[in-house]
Amino acid sequence: MAVIKTENLTYIYGEGTPFEKRAVDDVSLEIGEGEMIGVIGHTGSGKSTLIQHFNGLLKPSSGSVYIDGEKLWEDKARLRAIRFKVGLVFQYPEYQLFEETCYKDIAFGPKNMGLSDAEIDERIKETAKMVGLSPELLDKSPFELSGGQKRRVAIAGVMAMRPKVLILDEPASGLDPKGREYILGMLKDYHTATKSTVMIVSHSMEDVARYADRILVMNKAKLYCLEETEKVFSRSEELMSMGLSVPQITRVFARLKEMGIEFNKDVYTTPYAVKLLLERLGQKEGLA
Amino acid sequence: MIKDITIGQYFPGKSPIHRMDPRVKILLTAAFIVMLFISNSLWGLLVGAAFTLITFLISRIPLKLMFKSLKPIIPIIIFTGILNLFFIKSGEPYFKWKVFQITDEGVSTAVFMAVRIICLIIGSSLLTYTTSPIDLTDAIERLLSPLKKIKVPVHELAMMMTIALRFIPTLIEETDKIMSAQKARGADMETGSIMKRAKALIPILVPLFVSSFRRAEELALAMECRCYHGGEGRTRMKQLHLSAVDGAAVCYMLAFFAGVIALNIIL
Repeated sequence: MAVIKTENLTYIYGEGTPFEKRAVDDVSLEIGEGEMIGVIGHTGSGKSTLIQHFNGLLKPSSGSVYIDGEKLWEDKARLRAIRFKVGLVFQYPEYQLFEETCYKDIAFGPKNMGLSDAEIDERIKETAKMVGLSPELLDKSPFELSGGQKRRVAIAGVMAMRPKVLILDEPASGLDPKGREYILGMLKDYHTATKSTVMIVSHSMEDVARYADRILVMNKAKLYCLEETEKVFSRSEELMSMGLSVPQITRVFARLKEMGIEFNKDVYTTPYAVKLLLERLGQKEGLA
Repeated sequence: MIKDITIGQYFPGKSPIHRMDPRVKILLTAAFIVMLFISNSLWGLLVGAAFTLITFLISRIPLKLMFKSLKPIIPIIIFTGILNLFFIKSGEPYFKWKVFQITDEGVSTAVFMAVRIICLIIGSSLLTYTTSPIDLTDAIERLLSPLKKIKVPVHELAMMMTIALRFIPTLIEETDKIMSAQKARGADMETGSIMKRAKALIPILVPLFVSSFRRAEELALAMECRCYHGGEGRTRMKQLHLSAVDGAAVCYMLAFFAGVIALNIIL
């Protein structure tokens, strides 16, 4: 069964005013349990608005959202429970830290769930390990940490709720390449370890291509497609006409194709490209 | 929800009111307030009300906004109305029950006060509807500049006002974002006792303060990088000029003002 399902979801900002804007237009989709989804789209394409519907922060102007088969907004009192089920990490989450110590900040979500202190303690230790925060950092003020560490504390704060679905809006933006790599690798590990559904909104095609099973493309408030990663990047010309880039390596292979060197597979990650190229070179020169 | 705040909202336009020099607009608004307060009869006040309505129509601001600006002061109008109705004991009583009585003078004072407050609010909100915040603070700075002689930091005050106004939307947006983020972690701001709700504000206020300080520091640095050193010797890109519209506006105002004074003397 689908964890997240939407039917004709539409959201209009400032309905009835001169500033009216259709941010999400007639989106119907289904996301299964344990999937790792990448969400891409141009700035203002409606991706952030879309994901805020999945945990009931925004109420659809029309259409409906189902989480685990349960229709949202039927019973407002259930929304809080839904928010524990679908964890949402906003862009630059480090600006939402507020407690005296990292430990207390990570505990905020689990405490709101009404868990026992022992359970909370266990969860904090577990998530801290998962995001790579050493135990001595937990007693420090979040404001003393580096940017990357703060971000990890903030993500841990949501992970500690053990949501069935974890959604992250640009989790790696504003970090240096090493920090990006670390956060994304950590999310992949989290996904493998917990088998939960993970959605990553990102501008970087490289990141999405490497980690996602399926990719959701938003274009001008509409769902452009939700398909397997290779299928999406095989339509690289369409993506580029929407103002989206494709991974650099895909572009290299598109140029190779233009030059008459054709590969029958679509390439979107560098290791795969290396493998393909080595095979091809081996064939040509007769080396085994 | 918090995005609905209309305080100091500006609606761009090209009406004569929009084209007026903001300094003249501020002075005329002050004159308008004086006019409302010196008129001592209902007729004089009706002239003031007519002035308000005509000016609003000239500005071509949607009438809907006129009512919107009145919404927050409805309780005040009702409150003063009730006080006047029941506590003015002079005049012919219409109605009497135990200590309560309503007299003709009570009714006329109640109406009088209500009309006066409504005109006051509409007239002064018209100023902010038709003048951009930047123009407004510019004009205030120019109008207050004589105070520089007695060492009042006029430029600094105006700059502070401009910055404060400029950051209202930013802070509202930021608050919205932080609230969503904490709600996503299960923060509950709508239920519980007052103490509990006050406590629920901490996760919003702390990040908001931190980011405000960060923003202030960044802004100060950016201003210093562009050699900002206060008001001395500073020239302006946009000079304020008096034009024919301003002359017309002053005449228009004078006509009504004279009308009110005349009515005061006659009645």
